[in-house]
Amino acid sequence: MTPSPAQGPRFSPLSVVALVGWVGLLVALSVWMGQQAYHWLPLQASTAAPLVDGLFSFETAVGTFVFGGVISVMVWVVLMHRAEKYDETDAEPIEGNTKLEVIWTAIPFVLVMAIAVYAIRVNTSLGVLGPMEHIHQDNPVEEVGGTPGDRLPAENIEVVARQWSWEFRYPAANVSSTELHLAVDQPVTFRLVSEDVLHGFFVPAFRLKQDVVPGRAINFNLTPTREGRYRLRDSQFSGTWFAANQADVVVESGDAHTAWLSQAEKLPLQSGISDAVDEYAARAKRANPGWATVPPAPPPQVNVPGSNNFPHDA
Amino acid sequence: MTLATFPASEPKPSWTRYFSFNTDAKVIGIQYIVLAFFFFLIGGLLAMIIRGELITPEADLVDRTVYNGIYTMHGTIMLFLFIFPVLNGLNNLLIPTMIGAPDMAFPRLNAVAFWLVPIFGIVLIASFFVPGGPAYSGWWSYPPVSVQNPLGHLVNGQGMWLTAVALSGVSSIMGAVNFVTTIIRMRAPGMTWFRMPVFCWTALAAQSLQLIGLPALTGGAVMLLFDLVAGTTFYDPSGGGDPVLYQHFFWFYSHPAVYVIILPVFGIFSELFPVYARKPLFGYVYVSLASFIIVGLGLIVWVHHFFTSGVPQWMRNLFMVNTMLISVPTGVKVFAWLGTLWRGKIRLTTPMLFCLGGLFNFVFAGITGVMLATVPVDIHVSNTYFVVGHFHYVIYGAAVMGIFAAIYHWFPKFIGRMPYEGLGKLHFLLTFIGANINFLPMHPLGLMGMPRRVSSYDPEFAFWNVIASLGAFLLGVSIIPFLLNMISSWVRGPKATHNPWNAIGLEWLLPSPPAEDNFGEHVPVVISRPYGYGLGQPLVEHQAEIEQLLTAAELQEASR
Repeated sequence: MTPSPAQGPRFSPLSVVALVGWVGLLVALSVWMGQQAYHWLPLQASTAAPLVDGLFSFETAVGTFVFGGVISVMVWVVLMHRAEKYDETDAEPIEGNTKLEVIWTAIPFVLVMAIAVYAIRVNTSLGVLGPMEHIHQDNPVEEVGGTPGDRLPAENIEVVARQWSWEFRYPAANVSSTELHLAVDQPVTFRLVSEDVLHGFFVPAFRLKQDVVPGRAINFNLTPTREGRYRLRDSQFSGTWFAANQADVVVESGDAHTAWLSQAEKLPLQSGISDAVDEYAARAKRANPGWATVPPAPPPQVNVPGSNNFPHDA
Repeated sequence: MTLATFPASEPKPSWTRYFSFNTDAKVIGIQYIVLAFFFFLIGGLLAMIIRGELITPEADLVDRTVYNGIYTMHGTIMLFLFIFPVLNGLNNLLIPTMIGAPDMAFPRLNAVAFWLVPIFGIVLIASFFVPGGPAYSGWWSYPPVSVQNPLGHLVNGQGMWLTAVALSGVSSIMGAVNFVTTIIRMRAPGMTWFRMPVFCWTALAAQSLQLIGLPALTGGAVMLLFDLVAGTTFYDPSGGGDPVLYQHFFWFYSHPAVYVIILPVFGIFSELFPVYARKPLFGYVYVSLASFIIVGLGLIVWVHHFFTSGVPQWMRNLFMVNTMLISVPTGVKVFAWLGTLWRGKIRLTTPMLFCLGGLFNFVFAGITGVMLATVPVDIHVSNTYFVVGHFHYVIYGAAVMGIFAAIYHWFPKFIGRMPYEGLGKLHFLLTFIGANINFLPMHPLGLMGMPRRVSSYDPEFAFWNVIASLGAFLLGVSIIPFLLNMISSWVRGPKATHNPWNAIGLEWLLPSPPAEDNFGEHVPVVISRPYGYGLGQPLVEHQAEIEQLLTAAELQEASR
């Protein structure tokens, strides 16, 4: 066999060049994958999104390098270090190498701590962290989410999660809706409450998610940054119509938002969107309706029902 | 020292012992594994229904209530009735034979632990047939959904689910007491801690986790059962309880449970790579100890399962750092396996292929695991298909493939016949390709924002779901060559010699299959470390004589 990286300590100049070239190729691939990572995520529509995406891209690049390195060794070994046919003998016994073991403990340690430091910094600027004092008897409203800027005087919206509908109340404008309307670049504070079970407030385009816990009110801050129509999805399993418990989020210009609010206020209360209620009614008529379910709560009475059938951006 | 004579003409034990309250660990091991694969087929069938539903965006194959019941039962059956029993089966077969013990420390307790499995299995499967259907709140059974009990009956699917899980906990604790005691007290003379096979190290680590963690889950589940049927309010905020409390109880055990599953698989990799690379395990001592580092860290990471649930900031950062630290001892093992393979004489037998494929998938899962550990990324992808993809890579891609490797590797020892290589390789190929086509698309789906546990989804998720479903159906097909192989080689496969893979280990110094009491009175004295491939040192005193006797007995048998 010609000298190659497989020959261990007997490095020929050629094998060193080949190894360095391969590592260079892996680095290039990792950088490229890090860039690709942005395309795997929905478009960015909040101040949080670029921070989260940057961290994910970094992790993808590091992960690609580690994966590529490990798999390269595996493939090399399987191709080059196969036993010859009818060779029943053992290989040269190498029982370990303390220096190598120290190195491959230290490198992953440094790598994951680097990622952790990066993540803690993103955490800090995101402010996704709740308050230190988590005794909800003393502190009935918990603050989570949003950059410090998102906590500036913000529009307050009350979010009521139910089995299975979302209701959004704008106390200042005396408006309620089953479609969430937000003004672009304006901080907003949601007050998340649940009337029955756990739900999850999840807008993928915002990269933020917060469970809605019965018995608690959770203040959740964010700032949308891009106009468009997005999906809010229930992210904590909430029973039969969990999958259908979605709503549209419309991010619009400040003027359009003000106009929407004043227009909405004049509309009479009507039944809001609840796919669960419609499906429940249809289900009762079937001969074999399936297994038992909790009946859906009646649709909330709102000024603006909105629709679940518009095309959305993310 | 007198040597065993291994009579070649022992009376053939009857097949009926597999259906009896037998106390032989080798019988119990096979009972566990066969029963586990029976439930594996049921759980797999449920997975096919799940993927059939998800091949289109609408909820059109089954009713949503049926879907929710099916995905709940899929997870529950696969964890509590497949993977834990199959691993306990391997523990039963391997621990006594690897350490030279005649049986487990408490054989009757062992049999009771096994027979609880079909009992709670029947309870769980019976819940399909009670009014209202089975539990539908996911294998986490988070309250308040899990205590809603729509029909209000005392006997309901969720209550039966909780009963089954509590019984499973009792069975697992019995098993853990047995395995830990056996490993600590019943090792062969000369087998010091650092002459013990790595599989036993990992089994000891995993079973210690069971003993520490299971009481939390069992207690949490009993309180949930009280909330469900007796009107208590442990988790009900209207009565002063807190639903998040349950999440702590549940994950305090159920995160370590992942290590209970994966540690023995690390043990299998550590056993098999040396055999099929013909080299000693690289850094044996460090690999053995790394299991216990993983145990220590594995106990302090549970909050990473509910970062979005309303936990304070210091907890999020603390549990993120702890979680990321686990990748260090885990990485040590991966690098040690690579070091073992490096410049070996690799033999791509079926067990080796499964190990290599399992390692490939495990490295991928480890990387997505680090991503999930970091809070900001986790906030986006938690409770999405990204998580589903991650843990199926761990559980199916790594753990189940490792289990298949173990079955092919030790089948000749405990059944006495050789499995067929061609069918085995076909099984590997279908499993490896099917698993990757099935589980890789789940990652982009999660990143795009598709929640897990949904019975319908928005049309933009359709493409990757179709691919995942096709992969799942391929994975469903992949089990056919395995079953064919197992049944036909058990019935009429070629007779196995005592050491067909030329492996080093006490179990390979027993006839295939071993006698009921293994070495009986004549336990060999261990004089060197395991995995001495290429070192030319015998593992035990009088090794040459023992092997001669075994070979002579085999020749005598063959000429009969």
